[in-house]
Amino acid sequence: MSPVNPVTPVSPVHPVSPTSPVLSVDNLSVRFRMRGGRQIAAVSDASFALAPGECLALIGESGCGKSVLASALLGLLPRNAETTGRALLGDLDLLAADERTLARTVRGRRIGLVPQSPSAHLTPVRTVRSQLEETVRELTGVPKAGLREAAEAAAERAAFPATHLDRHPHQLSGGLAQRAATALALVGDAPLLLADEPTTGLDRDLVDRTVDELRRHADTGRALLMITHDLAAARRIADRVAVMYAGRIVEIADAPAFFGAPGPRHPYARALLDALPERAFTPIPGMPPELGDLPDGCAFAPRCARASARCETLPAPVDGVACHHPEEATACSN
Amino acid sequence: MLELSRITAGYDRRAPVVREVSLTVGAGRSVGLLGPSGCGKSTLARVAALLHRPDSGTVVIDGVPVRGWRHRAPREQRTAFGVVFQQPRLAADPRMRLADLIAEPLRATGRRDEAAAAVAGLAGRVGLSRELLGRRPHEVSDGQLQRACLARALVLRPRWLICDEMTAMLDASTSAALVAAVETYRAESGAGLLAVGHDSVLLNRWCDETVHWDELPRESRSGV
Ligand code: SF4
Repeated sequence: MSPVNPVTPVSPVHPVSPTSPVLSVDNLSVRFRMRGGRQIAAVSDASFALAPGECLALIGESGCGKSVLASALLGLLPRNAETTGRALLGDLDLLAADERTLARTVRGRRIGLVPQSPSAHLTPVRTVRSQLEETVRELTGVPKAGLREAAEAAAERAAFPATHLDRHPHQLSGGLAQRAATALALVGDAPLLLADEPTTGLDRDLVDRTVDELRRHADTGRALLMITHDLAAARRIADRVAVMYAGRIVEIADAPAFFGAPGPRHPYARALLDALPERAFTPIPGMPPELGDLPDGCAFAPRCARASARCETLPAPVDGVACHHPEEATACSN
Repeated sequence: MLELSRITAGYDRRAPVVREVSLTVGAGRSVGLLGPSGCGKSTLARVAALLHRPDSGTVVIDGVPVRGWRHRAPREQRTAFGVVFQQPRLAADPRMRLADLIAEPLRATGRRDEAAAAVAGLAGRVGLSRELLGRRPHEVSDGQLQRACLARALVLRPRWLICDEMTAMLDASTSAALVAAVETYRAESGAGLLAVGHDSVLLNRWCDETVHWDELPRESRSGV
């Protein structure tokens, strides 16, 4: 069995949504070729779809492949990366598109990126106003005379106060820097927002405000893919949750069922929630496997209390869960 | 006992971020200090760990008043503390392999010969494999590097641990694993803990008691 691209199509791990998806990812895999012929399987067979107005939180430990997946969608992988599968944004396959197309029509225009560390994303020597005006000029047809007004409108959409537009990034609090970066991400009016760890290092209040604002932008009809290790942030705004482990999406579920009752069905997802201080606060024993040295079967097996001999073969996703012995879906009888 | 009395500290004498603040941690106890970022709690933690000299106030460690900070602190007092910060990448020399990083305080105190055994024991406690010990910081994740930083903080078997937002960048499982490693060490060594953070759920679960920055006793400043 080839771990990269199974010959038999896997069943879709998400319910088919009535509206056509903004983004549809199909068996996306990313391999890094390393020196000495070594291979890193950073993402394997990821499939999911994202509808307008919907927020999907992609959660998992650092190094599980979630940021690589984001880079693959944006065409920002290093040269030694190979991708397979498809990622359709409308009718454009992001994985097949050339750099020119991605740079000119995708990044900023069709995918707005809310970055991990806004202060690193903003240009330190220029005011927020000048960065917004430049982005407006680049991404929209607004004539020079209208730039000032358009930039102010963009700031307002991200709740960035007009009184702070003439400041430099280092003069902003963490929250305002995040809003400035969000304002930039929104300028192109992209149908898909991609937020990569948007709350890292922020206080809880600020986390809540930041993700609430992202949710508000999804509510205006954008699709929002939020990559995060912050389970509280995911719980707060996500419609659905995708859990990644060792490069694979091991569970996709509706957020209320996942965080509430009946809870996650994949043993890893259950253990991850149990590690929270408001729950059992027990760590998962051991550590995730190296992506350059994955077993043929389930990568969670060495840490899994439910593992059996069957787990030496790779579990295919069934009803959104890739596990040979998932928790029964008791509460909902289907 | 760790006693901080009427501490005033900061980076600009005219605008100290900590003003006349007092805090006590009983021997073997754990106190969680809660507050938003930028409130001054990290500065107070650095004062406690003898890493930052206060403008005024006193620190008494297990009955002995502190007379100098940083390299001016006597070794016996300096090595009473193990400190873990929020961002492991800022706290780790990028050229060092994790094993050397963990052993560094031993080498700095002339106990190089103990390094191999100490590193092997600590690696198990914090969950680092032998293979990971041979890597450099850019070859490991934030969580793995923070595990090494915790091992380094424990290598001199400190009587006090200061954890400043130790888990703020980490996922739930790694956070729980690091807290468990701290608590195992405390249970067998009797070490005390000051854990600084902004996550009340975490600190309430972790520590004997939590106190909010705004509730710390402050003397009113007279005649200034
Ligand atoms: S497939 Fe087996 S080892 Fe993997 S999570 Fe399920 S029960 Fe555990």
